[in-house]
Amino acid sequence: MSDLPVELDATDRALINALQGGLPICAEPYGAVAATLGLSDAEVLARLARLLEQKTLTRFGPMYQVERMGGAFVLAALAVPEARFEEVAAAVNALPEVAHNYRREHWLNMWFVLATEAPEGISAAIGKIEVVTGLKVLAFPKIKEYFVAMRLAA
Amino acid sequence: MKSTQALDPDDRRLIVATQGGLPLVPRPYHALAEALRLPVAEVMARFARLLETGVIRRIGAVPNHYALGYTANGMSVWDVPDEQVDELGEEVGRLPFVTHCYHRPRHPPAWPYNLFAMVHGKSRAEVEALVAQIAGLLGAASRSHEILYSSRILKKTGLRLGG
Repeated sequence: MSDLPVELDATDRALINALQGGLPICAEPYGAVAATLGLSDAEVLARLARLLEQKTLTRFGPMYQVERMGGAFVLAALAVPEARFEEVAAAVNALPEVAHNYRREHWLNMWFVLATEAPEGISAAIGKIEVVTGLKVLAFPKIKEYFVAMRLAA
Repeated sequence: MKSTQALDPDDRRLIVATQGGLPLVPRPYHALAEALRLPVAEVMARFARLLETGVIRRIGAVPNHYALGYTANGMSVWDVPDEQVDELGEEVGRLPFVTHCYHRPRHPPAWPYNLFAMVHGKSRAEVEALVAQIAGLLGAASRSHEILYSSRILKKTGLRLGG
């Protein structure tokens, strides 16, 4: 990554931390968060727009859990021979079911997330990847997720 | 695992309208109500129900760790006894620097690990120091562990429901 990290002021950090707890459902939710921080809702909205524009935040809004909608979200990995890495990455990324894909430094060097609107879609996507790449997919469906809360140092 | 929720067509319209984000206007639920031609009370009630049933985890901000300078991303993976994994997973998840924590299946013998904890740091040295804190917390319960660093993002989109 060549991009320099953006500078956040103390108010940006306080705002991001306050929003980790979730935006309330009320007529003026940004105003409600603003009040807890001693800001105006216009300032909260302007800061959020800037944080999104400069890509400090990937997105802002409801975080949907596809599993609870009847869909599925599964982490999976491949051990890809180095000489074939780019070709296999292109084949895997071409599938719309692949939401994220990361190269990691390990013998299991390709880790991706499959997201589908129905659980059957996962095994179908894994089958397609195995056919196209000739490699065995290891699936790591979550058995349990533990609560986390990321906090930025103030 | 809770049972899945049946979504009706208006739920789907609400999801499609907000999967890119919530409107950044003072009254975002009113703006959605107007766009979807639904009463605002119904939009708010639907969001409240989706939150309650876990279809929405929360309405919040997703930080971009790279932009924040957390450029070292280490997936730490641990082999802990299955009968202790929930208790240990809760403790590891409470560490402020762990951004995701999951119990996942092993694939023995090649993959003995059943607890995954994602750690973001400003350098690999920082990630290693944080992973050492996890190791200290787990103590003898951890039989072995590894850190898998990401070296490249190959694809990053989200789930997209059809409209």
